[in-house]
Amino acid sequence: MQPQRYWREIPRRYRLEAGKCRKCGKVFMPPRLICDACRCTEFDMVRLSDKGKVHTYTVIRIAPSGFGEQVPFVLALVDLEGGVRLTMQVADCGPEDVKIGSPVKVEFRKINEVGKSGVICYGYKAVLA
Amino acid sequence: MRDVAVIGVGINKWGEHWKTSLRDLAVEAALKALEDAKVDAVDSIQIGCMSGGLFAGQEHLASLVADYLGCAGVPASRVESACASGGVAFKAAYAEVAAGLSDAALVLGVEKMTDVGGDEATYTLGTAADQEYECYNGATFPGLYAMMAVRHMHEFGTTRRQLSMVAVKNHDNGLKNPDAQYHAKLTPEEVERSSMVADPLHLLDCSPITDGAAALVLCPLDRAKKLSGHPLVKVLGVGHATDAIALHSRKNLVRLDAVEKAAARAYKAAGVKPSDIDLAEVHDCFTIAEIMVTEALGFAKPGEGGKLAASGATALGGKIPVNTSGGLKSKGHPVGATGVAQILELVQQLRGEAGGRQVRKAKVGLAQNMGGTGGSSTVSILGKA
Amino acid sequence: MVGICGYGAYIPRNRIKVEEISKVWGTDAESYKKGLMLEEKSVPSPDQDTITMAVEASRKAVKRAGIDPALIGAVYVGSESHPYAVKPSGTVLAEALGATPECHTSDFEFACKAGTEAMYVASQLVKAGSVKYALGVGADTSQGAPGDALEFSAAAGAAAFLFSTEKDKIVAELIDTYAYMTDTPDFWRREHMHYPRHGGRFTGEQAYFKHVVSAGKGMMAKAGMKPSDFAYAVFHQPNGKFPLRAGKMLGFEERQILTGWLVNKLGNTYSGASPLGLTAVLDEAKADDKILVVSFGSGAGSDGFVFRATDKLKAAQGLAEKTRQMLDEKKRFLEYGTYLKYRKMIIMNE
Repeated sequence: MQPQRYWREIPRRYRLEAGKCRKCGKVFMPPRLICDACRCTEFDMVRLSDKGKVHTYTVIRIAPSGFGEQVPFVLALVDLEGGVRLTMQVADCGPEDVKIGSPVKVEFRKINEVGKSGVICYGYKAVLA
Repeated sequence: MRDVAVIGVGINKWGEHWKTSLRDLAVEAALKALEDAKVDAVDSIQIGCMSGGLFAGQEHLASLVADYLGCAGVPASRVESACASGGVAFKAAYAEVAAGLSDAALVLGVEKMTDVGGDEATYTLGTAADQEYECYNGATFPGLYAMMAVRHMHEFGTTRRQLSMVAVKNHDNGLKNPDAQYHAKLTPEEVERSSMVADPLHLLDCSPITDGAAALVLCPLDRAKKLSGHPLVKVLGVGHATDAIALHSRKNLVRLDAVEKAAARAYKAAGVKPSDIDLAEVHDCFTIAEIMVTEALGFAKPGEGGKLAASGATALGGKIPVNTSGGLKSKGHPVGATGVAQILELVQQLRGEAGGRQVRKAKVGLAQNMGGTGGSSTVSILGKA
Repeated sequence: MVGICGYGAYIPRNRIKVEEISKVWGTDAESYKKGLMLEEKSVPSPDQDTITMAVEASRKAVKRAGIDPALIGAVYVGSESHPYAVKPSGTVLAEALGATPECHTSDFEFACKAGTEAMYVASQLVKAGSVKYALGVGADTSQGAPGDALEFSAAAGAAAFLFSTEKDKIVAELIDTYAYMTDTPDFWRREHMHYPRHGGRFTGEQAYFKHVVSAGKGMMAKAGMKPSDFAYAVFHQPNGKFPLRAGKMLGFEERQILTGWLVNKLGNTYSGASPLGLTAVLDEAKADDKILVVSFGSGAGSDGFVFRATDKLKAAQGLAEKTRQMLDEKKRFLEYGTYLKYRKMIIMNE
């Protein structure tokens, strides 16, 4: 992960800044340039709720590079209040604690580190509410 | 539009080819297809390859292969749509021939996956998902399909055993395919005892890492009648569609919209319906995928793909045999080659050259190839001419 | 009038018991439990560091203050475990809160008193009228060498305080401050070293007690107050025994200290230690209660603060999770091996 690629996404990853279509109100995370519902190209910035529910989940036991020390970890699709669904880990709990429908809260986390000397990547995670 | 026929097929046994490079894998399969078609020249080449760059450090693959095939000068392009690269390359060649741009088109699919370690392979396959919003948070392909499986089980009562039955059936078929990577009979218990990769998917629910290539030669049907010594196989219709690549952007996790749309287009073009299909090769990168794809293709009602798999209907000799080649599960999954090899299986079946896995009286076959978690899909229907 | 308009704490869920550490090193758990009054300590998860804990604590502070984070004019983070050697923790924190770009940021480092330094500077900047709101945070994923006595206490946590001069927003008025420091090499960590070193028993009388007691006395003298004026007192808590003894030396009774005395179950959160104690007191204090805070940082020095809870505090207390809730609920106990893995103490391949 090069710093410029990481840096570009900071508003989304640190503050859950999403785009809300000015015409039909659909919210996009990450923001888009055109609304897939009404083709409108004007958006307002909104911050997503930090509360949500688990729509589905799995326990990752074989990790991709950069996540090896975290296994087993729970990966989930979380439905945030307000209607946006996002992929995030459900951390700080045992794999057996997560169920479909579990209420969660979004917290700030370290995602991983790029080697011993690269940038440290931050972002969001869910924790059981 | 001209009618198009597949007049040549070529494949080598799939597996771990330590001694063979990316380019030689491709050329070996291509030479076999040309020999099978009894042609010595083509006027276009389409290569399906997901990631020559990340798996083997090689881009600009189409020209490289054209050169090593001894036909530098011929227009060649690489087609990429993740694991559907092969299916989309087939579509591109089909369109060229149908439109009259080519009179003999070579379709190649290739992937050299064992030149990188497990971590890097997982990373490379992950590039088919949303890098910034799925993979950034630790998503893997087994993980994404596992989340679909959890939802499918939750909404429809699909069972763990039904998933296992897909693996068992495809490995049974693979035993009869000499080109398959794995020749091993499995029991459902063995699937369920294999190590967990992403709950509820075990290692034996997942397709393997494979080196492999497959090739086809396409030409106008009229020309094929003069050229080929094989029973003629005609392309009846090709459908292709896309969907959001991020699972979280999909309307529904238990339906594969891109497959449904591609299937509708292919059925319409071919003028056939699901019940007309005698056999299907589908994208079983994970057992849950085959279950969901059989629903999207109309072989089972939504939510009943698991029951269909467990009923035996998709086994050889069943009502609609699925993945007679062994599927991605047993035959292997060199990602860019998979979609091409699916067509190759249909051709062998429709010619009546499928040996121990021959589907009797096969007249119409369907191949479904899928990219990512369903962000792209092709459905191709072939029939005896 | 200057004071705290919002406060927040963060404590990770993971804990390790003193017995679990003793088991590995063959030390006597009972001596740590009785002698130093340590029972268990918090441990950060692999996805937590000083920055993430600072963000979570600060978000609670913003929530309690009910202010627009864009109006925060200064963000200061004190820690001795800043994740980067060069690149501020404060920029990530300010960005996560939405306080950028018109914001002054700095990272502080003064062993265990870096957190109160951040508070000290934040409060004085607001008092001077330079910025509308200023945030001071103490956070640490404390380091202690494996097998060292420090391993039984080095813990993780963060506390954040927003300062303001708006009377209708202040939940705890800052009555006065005091600072006391000398050059005393009782504990240090050199550049590029993993773990700190310390002067053993030298860290007691000549470092901790000398500075805490002197700062406590100085603070009270400056404010014209005596121990009985205070409902609560919080002293830096490297172990259970030291703050109780320092309090006694200053003339405080245990009942004044115990509300903010978290160390037996939390461990020593270094820069977060006395700030976290203050959050636990603010969770309980009533209007007009006076609170004395004296930090300690090796090297060595102490900052003193006198706060007075206002009638606005009660409403703010319930707006975010309380410190004792985080300390006592949802705990997850680790085995020593998992603890080593989480603390990155196992040599791994690149």
